[in-house]
Formats: sequence, structure tokens, C-alpha cells
Amino acid sequence: MRLNNEEQAMLNGEMGEPRRWAMDHMIRVGRFFDAENFVPVAQAHIMADTESLGEAGVKFLEQIAACPQDQRRVRIPMITDPRGIDFCHYKRLKQTDLMASLEQRTIDAFEAMGILMTNTCINYQTIMPPVRGEHLAFGDTGVVIYCNSVLGAYSNFEGGPSALAAGLTGRTPRYALHLDQNRKATKRYRITHQPKSLSDWGALGGIVGTRAGSYWEVPVIEGIESQPGSDEMKHMGAAMASYGSIPLFHIVGVTPEAHTLEAVSRPGLLETDTISKQDFDSFFARYGGKGDKVDVVVFSAPQLSIIEMQSIADLLDGKKIHKDTSLLAVTSPVVAADARRMGITERIESSGAIVLEGMCFYQSYAREMGEANGWKRLMSNSAKLVNIIGGYGYQPTLSNMEDCVASAIAGKIVL
Amino acid sequence: MKSFELHCHVGVGPSVTGEALVADDNFSARYDLDRIKGIFSRPQHKLFGQSYVDKILVFNTAKGGVASAWMLHEMVSRKLAPRAILFNNVNPILAQGGALADMALCDRFAEGDVTQLIQTGDRVSVNPELGLVTVERD
Repeated sequence: MRLNNEEQAMLNGEMGEPRRWAMDHMIRVGRFFDAENFVPVAQAHIMADTESLGEAGVKFLEQIAACPQDQRRVRIPMITDPRGIDFCHYKRLKQTDLMASLEQRTIDAFEAMGILMTNTCINYQTIMPPVRGEHLAFGDTGVVIYCNSVLGAYSNFEGGPSALAAGLTGRTPRYALHLDQNRKATKRYRITHQPKSLSDWGALGGIVGTRAGSYWEVPVIEGIESQPGSDEMKHMGAAMASYGSIPLFHIVGVTPEAHTLEAVSRPGLLETDTISKQDFDSFFARYGGKGDKVDVVVFSAPQLSIIEMQSIADLLDGKKIHKDTSLLAVTSPVVAADARRMGITERIESSGAIVLEGMCFYQSYAREMGEANGWKRLMSNSAKLVNIIGGYGYQPTLSNMEDCVASAIAGKIVL
Repeated sequence: MKSFELHCHVGVGPSVTGEALVADDNFSARYDLDRIKGIFSRPQHKLFGQSYVDKILVFNTAKGGVASAWMLHEMVSRKLAPRAILFNNVNPILAQGGALADMALCDRFAEGDVTQLIQTGDRVSVNPELGLVTVERD
């Protein structure tokens, strides 16, 4: 890779060990993907839940945090993805003090580096939405696909180490989605059934993600008759990234790079793959469980917007959750503060449900929580969550928000 | 015994040798593994129930989220990790994870579909620096 004088100085260790490590790490990755040079980035966003980090990862961060201040501080605004612990609720969730201790050590390390503890995967709704054409180093695949597709920003999936390296240096290797030639559509889909609920949009993302199936494919979707909003795009993108590792999609007439099909694809070049009602039905049928006892209903992944929080409160008003079922509504610290101020949290929690903030269910020791609480059958309106959670020992059911709330009240899966 | 070479893109991590565990499937450390037991735990995964420890894993591509970038490092620290992972095409997350964990990881094979070229039980040597994989089969 070609380095400028500043990059070479960082690689030589002239600006401290953390930046030397960061450059070395990014050169390894850049070489893997044939990056010719680096691109400056405006923001970085780091995913680093302690279940993923483990003791080894926390020690790695603490080593950087122990360096002199002029060496350890990030050089660009850097924010965090959801954490694994909500300190107000971790005992109720039967998470352990060891988990909380690891969490606090990680927070201390991040704060020593000057990282802003935003603890959110909906920063594009709540913190500072990127501007079209901005180059970024964002973690959380849902964040990346939304910012690339809906906002026209430029980011690859940056795992925690690479996001940290970008924060420490203010740059990232220029490969994949930082290059315009890699943003053109490679797969073309036409829908003949219109998504309505957020879980329908998630299902569409899951179907497209499964069919496209690789980071290096860019789907373009036609046939959508309604105008999707931010939460619809959020659920669709998160699921597409989850099922297919897809970092960018286009919707003709909706997303900024695809005002026409021709803008993202040469006409006639791509065969059209149809997505029908039967495909949606088959997708939902993978997650059955009708009539089964439901142990936990989870609204999470991505964190809830204030609109979703209000919708849940509306459905729960005057109702009580079944005594053998838990309902968790997970949101960002910003939305949680608003929800408290507006009385939405009280309305949700009056039913027996729990509002959690700054965390995400699957990033919170989901296996250990499930075993400790006896949770097996999980229901959610998040296609992303039901895709992930099977590996943690849960039996997931996917349906819309109304069915999820009705099931939590009934104590069994209502579809 | 049959022996042949496969040529891939330059990868990350050290040269290693081990026994192949192959699936025409995709991979995420978060979605697919019980990292405490060292086995594939996702019921839908083609390697469900099998141990990945010290194996040369061979998959089609990576899937899902960013967590694998930390998880490979964590798995290596507890010595409950694969020795290498080979893909047809990998996403940035696994490459970044391999770089941090110093785990051998390669993709883009000139000879074709690596999940068909290598079989479970093959003895495989991976040289990421040269982009060279040597396969020995009884």
C-alpha cells in the first residue's frame, strides 16, 4: 500500500504504539483486499461487546488505554455500538457480576481513549446521520448497510479492531465500498408482494440477503409500491446484512444512488429474480411455534426508535404480561431518555415488561441469560434477531409487533 | 497418497498444517458456534455438533455481523480455535479478525470452489503469505 508521510510516521511508531499497531493491522487487511492506499474517514463506530471481547479482548483494550494520553486518544469522533450490560437491570436479567465487571473495564478503557459511549446501533436515527459521500469506518452491519444504502455514505463492515484502528489513525484502507465501481448492482430483484409490517420488511431483507448471499453482491430491488420510512429500512437492511452479509442495497426510486435502474445497472445486464407472497410465507414458516409456550418476547436488533417504543406502549396500555413470560424492549440511551420524559417507558413497564437501554439482546450473553432464566422459546418481530439467536440455544418465532405483544400477554405463541 | 496444490489470494496469519473440516455452508463465529464447548451449535449449520478446535475449516463465505472480528482473537486466547479458515470469498470482518488473532485465513482460489476441492479429513498446509494451500489425501 502507498503511505503518505504521516501514515509512514504512524507505522514507524513515531506517534506511539497504539497508532503503530493500528497502521500495521490495517495494512494487513488492506493487503488482503488489494487496497492501494488509505482514505480519510469522518467518524468511527465500534462494536465491542464483552461477550465477543472476552478477557483477552478487554486486556487488549486496556493495554491501549494505559498508553500516554497523546498516544491513546482517537483522532476522529468515535462512538460505540450497544454494550452487553444495562447496569440498572443486569441482576434482574440474571447476568453476573463478572459480566458487569468486564463491561465496566471496557467502558473505562474506551473513555480513556476519548471514545463517546453512545451505546447504539441506531446512530443514523439518533446521533449524527452521515451525509452522502462521507467516508466512514462503521461497525455493526445494520449501521453500515443503512448508511451506505439509505444515506449514500461509504463504509465497509468494520469489526471492532479495524474500527478502533480507524479511530486511532483517522483513516481506513480504500477497498470494497469505498470505491465507486463496487457500488453498482450485481443482483436484481422484483417483488410482487408488498411488505406491510416491520417484520415483513425484515423478511424481505432476509430473503434478499439469503439469495444474494455474499458481501460482494449488491442487490437492487424493484416493485416496492409504498414509500418506506426509516424503521422499515432499518429492519430490512439489518436482516439483509445478517442473512447475507450484504453491506449495500439499492431500491429504484428510493435510495439516493438509484434514482433510476440505469443509474446502478446497465439495462438488460441483470436477470430479474422475483420475490412473491409465497416466498414471504415460506420465510415466516421457518420460524413456527404456534401455540407453544413463549418464554421471552424481545424487541431488539436493531434498537427501537421512539416511534417503535410508542407503538409497543400503545399495544400494552392497560394490559399485563403473562406471569411466565418476559417482554424486553431494548433501545438506545438517547431514545430511552426521551421515552422516560414522555411517559412511554412507564406505560410499557406498567404491563410487567422491561425497557432496557444501551444494550442489544444478542450482544448480552444471550446463551447465559437463556440458561439462567429458563428461556427457550423466543419471539420477536426482528428478522435479524431470529436469524442470530438459534445458535445461542433458543427456538425463535418471527411475527409482527401485534402478534408478539399478544403472545406475551397470552403466554403462548399467537399467530 | 494423493497430494496437490491450490492457489489463493495472499491471506493473513501464519503458516499452519491441520486436518480439514469442510462444509458447503457459510460461517459466523457469533451465529454458528458454542465457543465455550468449541463446537458448531447452530442446528441449521451443516457442521452442527462437530468440534472446530485445531481444524482447518473450509466454507463458502462469511455471513452476518461484526463480532467475529473480536471472537477469533478471544477463541485463540483460550486455545479453543480453528488453526485456519479457508473461504471461496470472505467478507472484511473475518479478514480483520484473522489479522488481529494472527489466525491463518485465505480466500479466492484460482482452481475453483474450495469446498469441493478440499474434503473433510484431508491434511492441509496453508501458507497465507504465498497464497498457497497444499492438500494431502490418503
